[in-house]
Amino acid sequence: MSTVIGQPVRRREDARLIVGRGQFTDDLKLPGMTYAVIVRSPYAHARIRRIDVSRALAMPGVLAVFTGKDLEGVLGPVPTAWIPPNADLKQTVHRALAVDEVRYAGDGVAMVVAEDRYTARDAAEAVEVEYEPLPAVVDAWAAVQEGAPLVHPDAPGNLALHWTAGSVDQKAFDEAEVVVRQRFVQQRLIPNPMEPRAAVAWYDPGTENLTVWMTSQNPHIHRFLLSGILGIPEHRLRVVAQDVGGGFGSKISCYPDEALVAHAARTLARPVKWVEDRSEHFMATTHGRDHVQEVELAGRKDGTIEALRVKIWANLGAYLSTAAPGVPTILFGLIVNGCYRIPQASTEVYGVFTHTTPVDAYRGAGRPEATYLIERMVDLFADAIGMDPVEVRRKNFVPPDAFPYTNAFGITYDSGNYPLALDKALERVDYGGFRARQAQARQEGRYLGIGFSTYVEMCGLGPSEVAGAVGFQGGLWENATVRVHPSGKIQVMTGASPHGQGEETTFAQIVAEQLGVAMDDIEVVHGDTDRVTMGWGTYGSRTLAVGGSAVAVACQRLIEKGRRIAAHMLEADADDVAFQQGRYQVQGVPGRSVSFQEVALQAHLAWNLPQGVEPGMEATANYNPSNFTFPFGTHVAIVEVDPDSGLVRLERYVAVDDCGTPINPLIIAGQVHGGVVQGVGQALWEGAVYNAEGQLLTGSFLEYAMPKARFFPPIETDSTVTPSPHNPLGVKGVGETGTIAATPAVVNAVMDALKPFNIRHLDMPLTPEKVWRAIHGKGERQ
Amino acid sequence: MALAEEMVKIAVTVNGKRYEDTVEPRWLLAHWLRDRLGLTGTHIGCDTSQCGVCTVVLNGRAVKSCTVLAVQADGGEVLTVEGLARDGKLHPVQEAFREAHGLQCGFCTPGAQMLAYALLEENPHPTEAEIREALDGILCRCTGYQHIVRAIELAAERKEAKA
Repeated sequence: MSTVIGQPVRRREDARLIVGRGQFTDDLKLPGMTYAVIVRSPYAHARIRRIDVSRALAMPGVLAVFTGKDLEGVLGPVPTAWIPPNADLKQTVHRALAVDEVRYAGDGVAMVVAEDRYTARDAAEAVEVEYEPLPAVVDAWAAVQEGAPLVHPDAPGNLALHWTAGSVDQKAFDEAEVVVRQRFVQQRLIPNPMEPRAAVAWYDPGTENLTVWMTSQNPHIHRFLLSGILGIPEHRLRVVAQDVGGGFGSKISCYPDEALVAHAARTLARPVKWVEDRSEHFMATTHGRDHVQEVELAGRKDGTIEALRVKIWANLGAYLSTAAPGVPTILFGLIVNGCYRIPQASTEVYGVFTHTTPVDAYRGAGRPEATYLIERMVDLFADAIGMDPVEVRRKNFVPPDAFPYTNAFGITYDSGNYPLALDKALERVDYGGFRARQAQARQEGRYLGIGFSTYVEMCGLGPSEVAGAVGFQGGLWENATVRVHPSGKIQVMTGASPHGQGEETTFAQIVAEQLGVAMDDIEVVHGDTDRVTMGWGTYGSRTLAVGGSAVAVACQRLIEKGRRIAAHMLEADADDVAFQQGRYQVQGVPGRSVSFQEVALQAHLAWNLPQGVEPGMEATANYNPSNFTFPFGTHVAIVEVDPDSGLVRLERYVAVDDCGTPINPLIIAGQVHGGVVQGVGQALWEGAVYNAEGQLLTGSFLEYAMPKARFFPPIETDSTVTPSPHNPLGVKGVGETGTIAATPAVVNAVMDALKPFNIRHLDMPLTPEKVWRAIHGKGERQ
Repeated sequence: MALAEEMVKIAVTVNGKRYEDTVEPRWLLAHWLRDRLGLTGTHIGCDTSQCGVCTVVLNGRAVKSCTVLAVQADGGEVLTVEGLARDGKLHPVQEAFREAHGLQCGFCTPGAQMLAYALLEENPHPTEAEIREALDGILCRCTGYQHIVRAIELAAERKEAKA
């Protein structure tokens, strides 16, 4: 019987955060602390002629200035950690500080370390760099054209990779009743967690141990990669990410900056702190998305989709970031069919170098780009054949009895019931009623629109064997240790590294449920490579599905060990001892029972253990999932477009999500709200813009429009529950669903509203200016 | 350090306690609170005065402490997130943020709470629209604001119940 799982338990991490006692990286102050500032290139592409650090070095309080030349042979290159097979990936060299040439505005050229942050900033201004500006290319499409400026001499045509998957018989298009073609621009986004990146490094010359506190989603991956760059053995390196102020993918990557800070600490034998300011974040922290997509869909007039062909140019920026090559290929190209049974499908990806900030995972990472294109194509197809977009969806859904379902790319969807979520959403929005209201409004010159997104995503990354097969240079299992102390208090060490997702609460719920102990007796420890044995981190909605499953498996191991000890204590056969709600009970003898925590004490005392049972009460599980998980659902947006201003107002938003067995509905709702708002942000406002010279025109919150509270009605959430059949908790993950689902729902709604103006498609973001121009441009021609 | 001859004496009451210090005129209030007083609950999220993560209450008004110089606070009273709870009891705003799941990563939370505190001092019964309008002063990337709005509504109810 479930008592803790599924309850809206209030978060325990809040206790410190609401009183200002969180421990974020910048909050750390060590004796003798020094401060670093990185000098960054103002040019997107330039030759470095000369760097003069003498004026900076002469300033009182300045301790050191490092340039790229100083680090040659000292720091290794910054690696990429995803090498998709058969993609001809060009692993060009990414140095910690540029030598000779800079490749994006923001590329590091020097680092200054001083006694305080103001002096460091002054000294950074005093570093003189003479540049010879060179022509730049910022657009993926432009970068692959003949004669485009080269980003790396060893990547001809600026091609970083070329990858294909699936296949489509040309006949499917030649003989199709209907072919729909569309080009989509999936604009570049800037992650903008509210905490910028930061690092504090401290080197102990006595033990030769280096500790790096940093804003990380995956401290063990950072330890592994930093170890290589720094040449410090992994066992002498400790990475700590205590409280991390959001990540959204941007804190997965291994950047040069944290390695530079560590190197400075080692060189100076003083602790060094570096904190990115927001303007720096815009330039120097990885961006997301940025595709040009050409999509073709073949279908029948009855609404059946027969084939899908996708070709994209993915802008990877100036260097290959940690997971960058895998995002527009594996995480995108293998699920472009979405929730639809499409017999033939293919994806072709050109990964392109440009003189822009490197692009990597951003909330959803590949899956929003896939979901957007298929959900938009379904609407365009519905338009082409004059069918209701809901009916086209229903007709092509993978039916509930077809699971496990293997798509045209060989990906096996674990479980799903797509019509159930759709029906629930339709009922909530009163679809029939809306269409009547929409028709009435049009009579009055008001333009309402409804948009659907019946998404499915692939998350819970993932089986390690698959990680290897697709070129991810790491495992994707997860580690958990459940340690029961003699007093019965429990520590849970997890290799997942939450940064806002609330696993200190949800993992404690799992343990409380499994072991039948009080929540207050459980503490969850994460984000420290010295306290947690191993881990692969938090991203790809994997924390609960993989990390939580590891916790559950470890609990099961403790229960089994405890059963033998309890049986011995109760003088019963282990097979006759049942474990329920925290007690071992001799079946059929109500009085004879002992609690888990009493058993744990006996395990530690070891005065009288059964033969062959080791003292102690601790279990570790390294859980390697057998498949990804496939959360799904239906999101519906209702918008009103003001034809006079082009402003899109979000009137209603309904999200029906199925993330398997819910652990904490309050946290799930929070994840959905945040995800949806980010997705709507992409649809309507957000977008990184470079000028032709490679200057980021949206370089601060002044120019980059972040979603704000007053842009939104309350988001209505609902759920269906289709457990994942392959993990012990039946969970699927919910961290990215909102971002994946929301964008096409909103764009489809706006396009629906604009139908009277015969506007077929507008690329995001659907700013008032863009919408107004479309309405009035078309209007004039008609 | 380099500008020691230009250092200025200030006296500021922070969370009810008077501090005297000598500061560079260019020091930001946010840096002074964090680096000199060790009050690291006030976070810094941008450098252009947009995000509001660094919001504190100065002389009764919510201000972005990255846009106020420490010298401007001279003679004034500052309330930071560390001063919200009294006598070991959480302020209703703090209780409500926890109750309504008004935070995820917690980085904008001190600023959001100080903004909520100042809003409710000025307008004890804000409508949802007024709350959303007031939240223009803060960027949150995690919550989608919905539970922050709910938390402020809840705080208003609780404050009234206690009054």
